[in-house]
Amino acid sequence: MNLGMTLLLQGIGFAIFLTVVYLYVLPPLANAVEGRRRQIADGLAEAEKGKASLVTAQKEVDKLMAEAKARAADIVAQAEKQRNATIEASKSEAKTAGDREKASAQAEIAQLSVKAKEELRDRVADLAVAGAQRILKREINPQVHSDLLSQLKAEL
Amino acid sequence: MASSETQTPTEYIQHHLTNLTGNVGGSQVNVDTVLMGWVLGAIVFGILFLISRGVKQDGVPGKAQAFFELLYEFVDTQVKDMFHGNRRWIVAVAFTVFVWILVMNSIKFIPVDLVAVIAHPFAAYWKPVPTADLNTTLAISLSVILLMMVESVKAKGIGGYINELFNAPFHAHNIFAKIVLLPFNFAFQLIELISKPLSLALRLFGNMYAGEVIFLLISLLAAAGIGGVIGGALLHAGWAVFHILVVPLQAFIFMMLTAVYLAMAHEAH
Repeated sequence: MNLGMTLLLQGIGFAIFLTVVYLYVLPPLANAVEGRRRQIADGLAEAEKGKASLVTAQKEVDKLMAEAKARAADIVAQAEKQRNATIEASKSEAKTAGDREKASAQAEIAQLSVKAKEELRDRVADLAVAGAQRILKREINPQVHSDLLSQLKAEL
Repeated sequence: MASSETQTPTEYIQHHLTNLTGNVGGSQVNVDTVLMGWVLGAIVFGILFLISRGVKQDGVPGKAQAFFELLYEFVDTQVKDMFHGNRRWIVAVAFTVFVWILVMNSIKFIPVDLVAVIAHPFAAYWKPVPTADLNTTLAISLSVILLMMVESVKAKGIGGYINELFNAPFHAHNIFAKIVLLPFNFAFQLIELISKPLSLALRLFGNMYAGEVIFLLISLLAAAGIGGVIGGALLHAGWAVFHILVVPLQAFIFMMLTAVYLAMAHEAH
């Protein structure tokens, strides 16, 4: 075992290596590691932000969906109401039209029956007059007895 | 059994544990230790230097960059847990200690006799693991203690550091008690200053040296015929697998204690 010069030389070697490491090797390595750490931290923060904004967006979507659903339900209900109203309206219209038709038909019938009666009255009167004429022939002058005849006519 | 046919087991083991020595400036130097330590350091820190030139500051890192970033973050996390403040210098020291010791320890994975066979034509001795030489471990631990003292002075000032040498760990409030406690405090601080580098250096050296001895003992089995060769190979493999744990663990312990000592230097007692 000879301690001395060898120890000194190894110490010098250590000093040289330490200097190289401290001045040249570690600074870029440390910078790279530190830079990457920062990058990763930034990326994670970014991801966190993205996640938060996704939640907000989801909320917005939910709100819009709920609104749209409510509006759609509104519209459907309104349409239903309108349809019912239309049906009611057309029903009542149809009924009035039918009533009117019926009324006019009845009126016509009444008119026609009055007319028929009138005609019948005329005919009967004529027939009666003709019959009377045949029976009475000459004894009765229609001009003279017109008063009587019209009286008769009115009584029919 | 690389060297000669007439070795006894003791000679074989001693041969393997002898450093190749040379003469530098009139002093004896363990050439193998220094050469292995410097070359390994030059290779690994050279690679690190080249990678650090091509580091991409953003975007997807390359595989080599990712690996060394992992290593850096591993050391950085350990230091961050024990020291709050600007830790760049402490991380650099801990990182250098960890990487260098790790590659030097890793030479243990090369079979001892393979090293001997390769080295034999060129050198009479070649002890390949630099950390199995007390010179290396003591060099690093003494450097660490020196840096610790510098950190302490930087944090508390030269007056604060000297004050701590004489007034801690036993605190007193009146001047008389302070003077009485002064020699005891100084003795304790001296013991601490000596025990710290010694424990650091001896722990690593002891583990690596003992591991080496076990490897050599296992290799000796090969002298006992074909059964010894097969059994020795199996044991060798088993011990090497165990060293997959020991090698990084010792580097890690050395690194952690280095960081702890440097971090503690900032704290006032």
